[in-house]
Amino acid sequence: MITLPRRPRGGVHPDNRKAVTRSLAIRNAAVPSRCVVPLLQHAGPAAVPVVRVGDRVREGMLIGRAADSTAANVHAPVPGMVSGTTTLTLADERSCEAFVIDLEGEFDRLGKVAEPIDWQRTSVRELLRGIRDNGVVGMSGSGNAVHRKFNLPRAAEIEHLIVNGIENEPYLSADNRLMIEMTDGVLEGTRIAERILRPQRVTIALQKDSTQAIRNLRRRIRERGLDYAVRALPVNYPQGDERLLARAIAGREVSAERETSEIGVIVSSVATVYAVFEAIVYQKPVIERIVTLSGAALRSPANIKVRIGTPIAELIAECGGFVESPEKIVVGGPMMGHTIIDVSTPVTKATTAVLALTATEIYHGAETGCIRCGRCVRACPVGLEPTSLYKMLEHGELDQAQAAGLFECIECGCCGFICPAHIPLVDGLKNGKLAVTRHGGRT
Amino acid sequence: MSNPETQRSGRPMLVKTAAPQYHERLSTRSLMWSVTAALLPAAMWGIYVYGLRALLVVLMAVIASAITETLISGSRETLSDGSAILTGLLLGMMLPPAVPFYVVIAAAVFAIGVAKWTFGGLGRNWINPALAGRVFVHFSWTGPMTRWTMPRTLGADSIAGATPLSIVQNAVHEGQALLGGPVAILSSSGFPRSTLDSAVTEWLNLNILTHIGVHLPAGYVDPFVGNVPGAIGEGSALLLLLGTLLLFSRRTISWEIPTAYFAAFVGLSWIVGGLPYGGAAFSGDVLFQLVSGSVIMVMFYVATDPVTSPLTAAGMLVFGAGAGALTFVIRAYGGAAEGAALAVLFMNACTPLINRLTRPRRLGGRRGRTR
Repeated sequence: MITLPRRPRGGVHPDNRKAVTRSLAIRNAAVPSRCVVPLLQHAGPAAVPVVRVGDRVREGMLIGRAADSTAANVHAPVPGMVSGTTTLTLADERSCEAFVIDLEGEFDRLGKVAEPIDWQRTSVRELLRGIRDNGVVGMSGSGNAVHRKFNLPRAAEIEHLIVNGIENEPYLSADNRLMIEMTDGVLEGTRIAERILRPQRVTIALQKDSTQAIRNLRRRIRERGLDYAVRALPVNYPQGDERLLARAIAGREVSAERETSEIGVIVSSVATVYAVFEAIVYQKPVIERIVTLSGAALRSPANIKVRIGTPIAELIAECGGFVESPEKIVVGGPMMGHTIIDVSTPVTKATTAVLALTATEIYHGAETGCIRCGRCVRACPVGLEPTSLYKMLEHGELDQAQAAGLFECIECGCCGFICPAHIPLVDGLKNGKLAVTRHGGRT
Repeated sequence: MSNPETQRSGRPMLVKTAAPQYHERLSTRSLMWSVTAALLPAAMWGIYVYGLRALLVVLMAVIASAITETLISGSRETLSDGSAILTGLLLGMMLPPAVPFYVVIAAAVFAIGVAKWTFGGLGRNWINPALAGRVFVHFSWTGPMTRWTMPRTLGADSIAGATPLSIVQNAVHEGQALLGGPVAILSSSGFPRSTLDSAVTEWLNLNILTHIGVHLPAGYVDPFVGNVPGAIGEGSALLLLLGTLLLFSRRTISWEIPTAYFAAFVGLSWIVGGLPYGGAAFSGDVLFQLVSGSVIMVMFYVATDPVTSPLTAAGMLVFGAGAGALTFVIRAYGGAAEGAALAVLFMNACTPLINRLTRPRRLGGRRGRTR
């Protein structure tokens, strides 16, 4: 356990292009007539199907059960008929089975006023079960099962609960809107997490430029008499990473091979605590999420609340289509997101954004030889030398690369973003990890 | 801009790429061209004061570098990254205006053909190509490489014997050291001085320096603006410094190397630089050392070459400090009048070692080790 100055290490300052969507209130997308719901929307193995083709499902009904504690339940986002199954490739390249649900029948939740449940007397065990049953995962893209993360050994002592409102991928503003518009829900979700984890301190961390969210949170915290700190950090990518945030707030470091709970820190994003709030207070499973739609190719960028399983093409149509041809469509942020070619790919629990980027805004450049300028080394927030790792992997020196910290790479994208030689550093390192895992595993 | 075709089908031609999905507005090419642009004012000044001959030397260095690059790489593609053109320009600017053309060509061929391409081209060389070319011809044709031209602004358009630095060094070696300092030595040796120098010095003293209690002797303005015999592009410290504004504002070069170089060189020049002239410690003529010779050029444009300098900020500080200290040592105690080029060459050789000793500390761990 090392305490260090909290100035961020490395990182980059990409042009964040959030201004386009930052002030756009969240609006509801039209409910799609057909949803494609993947059984793999989380880390870990795919969920086990519990309905069959031809079954009628209600809104929010369980359709896939978590196979183990790392996985999460999957629910029907709309009422209707299971008209088929299909195998699809998700944006992140994993493939899985998906249920096709044709909308019909009555909504149980949509348009109805739900009665909040008083959770104060609910036991921690019941709260964890509520989170698990409702399929809550890390909503900022990780897809990690939240009930597992929150279910700590009895002896574990958590000093810091950090609610992560950093959202520092460029273009994204859905979390920011959530904090502004659903301030109380975020705070209520935080209180539930606090009750489960019993931390000594609760901090909500944001970037300085989220001024309105900071104001709203501070005001509501004061009005409700909560003892939460709101910390506004200087803008720097990728300090929203949970280990980097733990370092910034708690002053403690932990390498990528270990969990932050080992240094007494739990980091959970605002979107995740909001999903916890809905799961506990309204017993609502994760069947919708807020997605930022942006990029210069899109006619009218937006923050949209959308049902899981909605084909991305429908979201694009929802935003008025394209004003010019996009060069690529990215699911997630531009630093860590994945491109898709098939716009019928559905929204999952991990879909934070859909970006339609034009050739001019991605600034693609020709690859040249490495000029050893060291920009990647300076940018690396975890203290690696991406250029050296890349060269080792190029030469097949897997052991050396591992010793030089290959598996500590958090794939944040800083090195590849900054490289003047346009070398695909992140891709090289990711492939290197795969190669090591394939060749007899890690030492 | 609107494309109805893609709108109707909703299926534009898309590409699949690995993250990150967008990029900083920066490329190898943009780095090379911004250094080239930053060098141009000083190059043009050199061409102005040394005449047509200087223009021919610079052009020949650039063209010979470009041709060598194209011949060796076997395509014109590597030329477009701008690195060979930059090497040629730097090299041309580091040569004397009256140097024979075969020396220029030899320097360029050595720079690109040997220093750069025997290791595999851009990014793989351990030594700065322009520097290597210059040092190679310096030791191969020392005579022509140390014959200098008087700038037209000093009246005479003729071959001069020596640069201010070498005049001063000879004086010190011959024991005429008790003359007070380098500028005094120059004055007593009859080294010419322009009317601009005295006019600007007087103006500065009257209007600015007197208010802060400082008096500037005559003889510094000429070398600062480039009114001295010397290499084509190294004379004008003023225009070279102006070019660095572009480099720093565009973050083309890092601040660590020039800063550490400056601190080490100025510090040593000030603390012990006065001793050879019979002065006490802390009496060195820092200003003269800075504006003379190739220090400004080397500090900002050569030592900062990304390829041959260390990767980390800490490594860059070590590198810069080492180069600055060595420049001073060679100038004060070495056989050559100018030490900046050799100093950086030596530090280039140390770069792999510095890299190994200044690895970054990993998150949650100790300094990274590879073996």
